[in-house]
Amino acid sequence: MSFFRRYAQNIGALIGLAILAVVVFVALAAPILYPGSPWQGVAEPLLPPFEDPAYPLGTDLLGRDIAAGIAYGARVSLLIGIISTAVAVVIGVAIGALAGFYGGRVDDMLMRFTEFFQTIPAFAMAVVLVAIFSPNITSITLAIAVVSWPPVARLVRGEFLSLRSREFVQAAVVVGQTGPRIMATQILPNAISPIIVTASLMVATAILTESSLSFLGLGDRNMMSWGFMIGAARTMLREAWWLSVFPGLAILITVLAINLIGEGLNDAMNPHLRGRKG
Amino acid sequence: MKTLEFLIQRLVKAVIVVLGVVILNFLLIQLAPGDPASVLAGEAGAGDEQFIAQLRAQFGLDQPVYVQLWSYLQNILSGDLGYSYRNQVPVAQLIMERLPATLLLTGSAFIFSLILGVVLGVLAAYKRGSFGDSLIMTGALIFYATPLFWVALMAVLVFSIHLDLLPPFDMETIGANYTGWARVVDIAHHLVLPTVTLGLFFTAVYTRLTRASMLEVMNLDFVKTARAKGVPKGRIIRRHVLRNAILPVFTFASVQAGQLVGGAVLTETVFAWPGIGRLMFDALMQRDYPVLLGVFLVTAIVVVLVNLVTDLLYRFVDPRIETAR
Repeated sequence: MSFFRRYAQNIGALIGLAILAVVVFVALAAPILYPGSPWQGVAEPLLPPFEDPAYPLGTDLLGRDIAAGIAYGARVSLLIGIISTAVAVVIGVAIGALAGFYGGRVDDMLMRFTEFFQTIPAFAMAVVLVAIFSPNITSITLAIAVVSWPPVARLVRGEFLSLRSREFVQAAVVVGQTGPRIMATQILPNAISPIIVTASLMVATAILTESSLSFLGLGDRNMMSWGFMIGAARTMLREAWWLSVFPGLAILITVLAINLIGEGLNDAMNPHLRGRKG
Repeated sequence: MKTLEFLIQRLVKAVIVVLGVVILNFLLIQLAPGDPASVLAGEAGAGDEQFIAQLRAQFGLDQPVYVQLWSYLQNILSGDLGYSYRNQVPVAQLIMERLPATLLLTGSAFIFSLILGVVLGVLAAYKRGSFGDSLIMTGALIFYATPLFWVALMAVLVFSIHLDLLPPFDMETIGANYTGWARVVDIAHHLVLPTVTLGLFFTAVYTRLTRASMLEVMNLDFVKTARAKGVPKGRIIRRHVLRNAILPVFTFASVQAGQLVGGAVLTETVFAWPGIGRLMFDALMQRDYPVLLGVFLVTAIVVVLVNLVTDLLYRFVDPRIETAR
């Protein structure tokens, strides 16, 4: 059965894909749907939701449209989620590949380094990194990448370790291919599916981390984000529940969708493991 | 004898990790723009160069980085974590005042999530494919995707604001001055919401892990043998499967112990819990670096100790680990 057929058999994964498609659409269309800045007050303050059809999710203390904030927040969440994961995957693959392929002392040193990073509480480390390098979209993305690469490195190392003694790799050695070329063209393509599965789940974690950072006030000051909206609404919890409920639901739904996709990819790419998760 | 050797080896490794954390953070702080002396001087309303230079000399900030690092490491080894720039109180004292609150919070969240997660995971695996299984796994999927701070806020909204059942913040009722048993009850009452909200994410993780691990073991030959012998299903689950399936869950939980600290920063912020997570965050915002370094040192020690203790426990629980090395 083809990969797409297998993926399509998983209803949860299809639902996840549909939800993510909506989120991506909203993120892309935000400037068209809401041409003004999401920071601009547009209606009377603290308008409850479902009352004015123009502002279905209500407005906040400064009369800003919650729906517009959520649409622009989707851009930040997806952007940071995807880029930080890409950076983490690059770091993790590089370290894991070197450790697994060369083994011995290189492996020892790189794995010590990885283990060391795993001991440090990830979120606390991200908080420190962002605060020290002043919160902006680059520092947030890099901080999330720096705390999330170790699992990728361990995974890639394991794959490389088991693949490097296979016959096709030995054949490449005999033909005279160089180490880097073997790693990139022979081993990596064979290790790609677990990397993709892990990466998809990491995007979800990165979005959660970003929202937690901006909840604490460590978000990019120029970009509306879901975590910031909830953080700002915290003191108004008693008076205006909708300020924190809707952005939170947005995070929940997006992260849930990405997790469902990740699990669907896992089942579709490793069919032999299917019965196990069942 | 072998255990002793193992213990020494692990202790050496633990010390290296702790030292590494301290050095890494020390160097990171050097990269931060703006130095504490000028921040403090600015707040005191005195911006002149002489005063700033005096503050720098007082805190030793005029020395080269490696000298500062070396003297800091020497001080740590003699148990001196320095003085808070801001409060003029020894850092060790600040941390010791706050540490019990965090240990209470993270400890109870850890136990809560581990017990609930394992029970739910076993139930889901036992009733695999049933409605109960789907319900548990959907719940786990949802809480795995929910930001911790939002769960906390929603819990306050429902249980404190609407139902008025549980207190929304602080660790004790301010001004009540309870003593003895009444104080314990009061703290426990305040502990419920923070524990549950911090624990729910990890409960979801452990539930999924336990279920997957149980299903894997249930397919092994010795379980088939037990079934063929006619051992009742409940007994197979308890005696044969669970005992083997629970080890990976414990391993993972001990590795995750450090992540609870990160969660504590958020939980303590929402619930105004007087712990070191909040202390760390405030110190970071106020550029009170000795406090920040101290908190990182103490958390690193706690995390490393937790890992060490679990590793040792295993060797008693599962003798196969020794032979596998």
